[in-house]
Amino acid sequence: MAMLDVTKLSISFGGLHAVDDFNLNIEKGELYGLIGPNGAGKTTVFNLLTGVYKPTEGIIRLDGKDITGKSTIEINRAGIARTFQNIRLFKDMPVLDNVKAGFHNHYKYSALTGILRLPRYREIENTMDERSMDILKVFDLDKEADLMAGNLPYGKQRKLEIARALATEPKLLLLDEPAAGMNPNETAELMETIRFVRDEFDMTILLIEHDMKLVAGICEKLTVLNFGRTLAQGVTSEVLSDPAVIAAYLGE
Amino acid sequence: MNEKQNNHEIIRRMRRKSLRNSLLNYGIVIVVFAIMQTMIATGHISSLLKGLLVPLCVYVIAALSLNLVVGISGELSLGHAGFMCIGAYTSAFFSNVVGDSMPDLPRFILAILVGAVFAGIFGILIGIPVLRLKGDYLAIVTLAFGEIIKNLLNVLYVGVDSHGLHFSTTSAMDLNMEPTGRQIVKGALGISGTPKNSTFTIGVVLIIITLIVVQNLVNSRSGRAIMSTRDNRIAAESIGIPVTKYKLLAFSVSASLAGVAGVLYAHNLATLNTKKFDYNTSILILVFVVLGGIGNMTGSMIAAVILTALPEMLRFLNNYRMLIYAIVLIVIMLFNWAPASLDFRSRMRERLWKKHGSDAEGGR
Amino acid sequence: MSFLTYLKDGISLGSVYAIIALGYTMVYGIAKMLNFAHGDVIMVGAYVVLMLLTKAGVPGILAIIIAMAVCTLLGITIEKVAYRPLRKASSPLAVLITAIGVSYLLQNVALLIFGADGKTFVDVIKIPSLSLGGGKLIISGTTIVTILASIVIMICLTMFVNKTKQGHAMQAVSEDKDAAQLMGVNVNGTISLTFAIGSALAAVAGVLLCSAYPIVTPYTGAMPGIKAFVAAVFGGIGSIPGAMIGGILLGVIEILSKAYISSQVSDAIVFAVLIIVLLVKPTGLFGKNIQEKV
Repeated sequence: MAMLDVTKLSISFGGLHAVDDFNLNIEKGELYGLIGPNGAGKTTVFNLLTGVYKPTEGIIRLDGKDITGKSTIEINRAGIARTFQNIRLFKDMPVLDNVKAGFHNHYKYSALTGILRLPRYREIENTMDERSMDILKVFDLDKEADLMAGNLPYGKQRKLEIARALATEPKLLLLDEPAAGMNPNETAELMETIRFVRDEFDMTILLIEHDMKLVAGICEKLTVLNFGRTLAQGVTSEVLSDPAVIAAYLGE
Repeated sequence: MNEKQNNHEIIRRMRRKSLRNSLLNYGIVIVVFAIMQTMIATGHISSLLKGLLVPLCVYVIAALSLNLVVGISGELSLGHAGFMCIGAYTSAFFSNVVGDSMPDLPRFILAILVGAVFAGIFGILIGIPVLRLKGDYLAIVTLAFGEIIKNLLNVLYVGVDSHGLHFSTTSAMDLNMEPTGRQIVKGALGISGTPKNSTFTIGVVLIIITLIVVQNLVNSRSGRAIMSTRDNRIAAESIGIPVTKYKLLAFSVSASLAGVAGVLYAHNLATLNTKKFDYNTSILILVFVVLGGIGNMTGSMIAAVILTALPEMLRFLNNYRMLIYAIVLIVIMLFNWAPASLDFRSRMRERLWKKHGSDAEGGR
Repeated sequence: MSFLTYLKDGISLGSVYAIIALGYTMVYGIAKMLNFAHGDVIMVGAYVVLMLLTKAGVPGILAIIIAMAVCTLLGITIEKVAYRPLRKASSPLAVLITAIGVSYLLQNVALLIFGADGKTFVDVIKIPSLSLGGGKLIISGTTIVTILASIVIMICLTMFVNKTKQGHAMQAVSEDKDAAQLMGVNVNGTISLTFAIGSALAAVAGVLLCSAYPIVTPYTGAMPGIKAFVAAVFGGIGSIPGAMIGGILLGVIEILSKAYISSQVSDAIVFAVLIIVLLVKPTGLFGKNIQEKV
């Protein structure tokens, strides 16, 4: 069964079809790329998948479960986590706490337990700290655990967003331009990390990216969007040599 | 050193730091308390200051509670005096009804709980509809709620006789009580004859309890959820945090603590009316929070003490006192918040530091 | 008294709120701050007119013009000294608290000069009242002037904002200061101009308010200032017709609840209506809906 199964997904804003008849099928463990020129509707697809927008039409299934029309919170609980094109960290919280916030629905104790500092509080906090540090280590952020997230350099902020998303223990991870603003070295390193995350966490990943080197380097399959419609879909090498795709990218 | 230990080291460091910050606040309160008690015992305290001790505790608790909403939850509330009012009225009512049928201390403890619970309930009732609004809209709506509470209490008459409680919103006559009945809430005249149970010691204990509640909440799973919704609502939702629930948690806990401040206030005066609970008091508490540093609990306490005591200490200046207060407020705000001033200050610090550094150790 | 009389009183008071709200909504639209000192500028305007009339014997119309000039200057100065340095502060609360400080300052300066006791305001508007329906409904000169003034001001402001270069600059600055700056708009000048207009209107409102309720104290402006903000929110912040209709609605609700329910809870009713309006339509009656982009 597919991890993500999207059929006939559409949304229009005041008559404008931002995304039209979008179909997508991602198998478990796949690394899938969503590309297209600016304004093609890629981020809108992410917003539809995560419940920020409600689709006018279509069905979204995650691991066989219909999640169409659910709220962002419910969808995260069902197993989709994401990062944002314009970084959205909890800037005035330490790096560690950003990740711990990600564990919110996995390690629970009540507000009263916290206020009264019952034994359960210490116990769960210890576990959360351990696990958060493990995740931070994957992204080489463990040394900066006590810094305020807003004080991290740009590249590390992008990584922290992925770390936070992973803490919600998703089935599907959506990355919105993870390499934006990174230099070639950082991008190469990020590619390694994404691959590592997929293998180590047994993760299914869908990513939006403009950096073709990254896309060609790590994505097994691609979907190309143009003006809200699917231009091409399939194995990466074939899609990238499709004349229609090349034309769209050259801006014809 | 192996990696695992390294992990622990950084976490231990963070925990130590947060523990130190919390303990510092308890420490300050206890030290100030000890100094004041010594001064009282040795008679080195003016009657003016002595009379101020309980009100100072009231405003410290109010400032701490508002900081939970403004600093930690990131919402602007201008209705906190309304919650104080609820706490004050419900607890004073309780104490008056119970009267001498109960010893002082247990009755006062129950009164505190009554005030906290009712203010908390109002916090939830008001929070559910209004927390959907943001920024200045939330501010004006909370201000509106505070004024509504005050206005409605002004026309409330409650009496008690052998048949139970009687309510009226028109006049004392309309209570239709037996001749032996007792009027407790008298409209705009408020409630009189509340036992004066509030003491400096109880005030300090309540400050400590407030600090424990606020600080432990902040350093917990719920606290992180509250702060995450403050820092970035959309991101918080994306990781499955129910934003509204946590905004409401912060708001109602804060309302409840403001209620406690109200209880302390009500049991410090023979007569209680709504005059003191208008939007000006809400604004005053907000001034404490902002001046003390948004989200900074130590700052809130210090600002509340100084800004409550200062106008009283400056009484000899008569009419000039509030004028000076206003000017000082504006100047401090500009000094502390204007980017130009902050720039200038950091440049000055750098220069001083450089000079000092090169003199002492020839630079680092 | 008849319902019509109350309604007339409500519209009259509402027109004063509308004039304050018109100034407030422009200032808010551009400075994005709850200007707590706005109401106190009303008080300053009223005192200036009162002094000019009683102490200097200046003719009414001239007194009003001078008061407008004084308030304009005051508004520009407040913005420049107290608000402008904090425009880029890290928290919007900084300028809010400073505005509270300015409000205290104005009130206490007035307290020092004029004392806490209310001063009786003198008749500025000497227009005979209008008698309708054989004396059943008497509309005073003040009421006529107030209602006309609010309408004229609203029309002038609408034309100013939509038809003039400065008006367009205001719209641009309220939309996006940085972009406006890049487009060559003089942002500081535009903000000053907005405060100038808002404060001049506050002076007019001060005269009209105190003509209808002829007592001036240092705190005269505080509550009307807050209510005017409520009116502006009511109608949708930034909307000129919204402020006008919000103001009038507020005045009518206030007077009718005073007349038919209780004068002690009229404010509570006004505020309750505000809350209901905002809960149903969070951006006010004429407000634009803005969603955050993800």
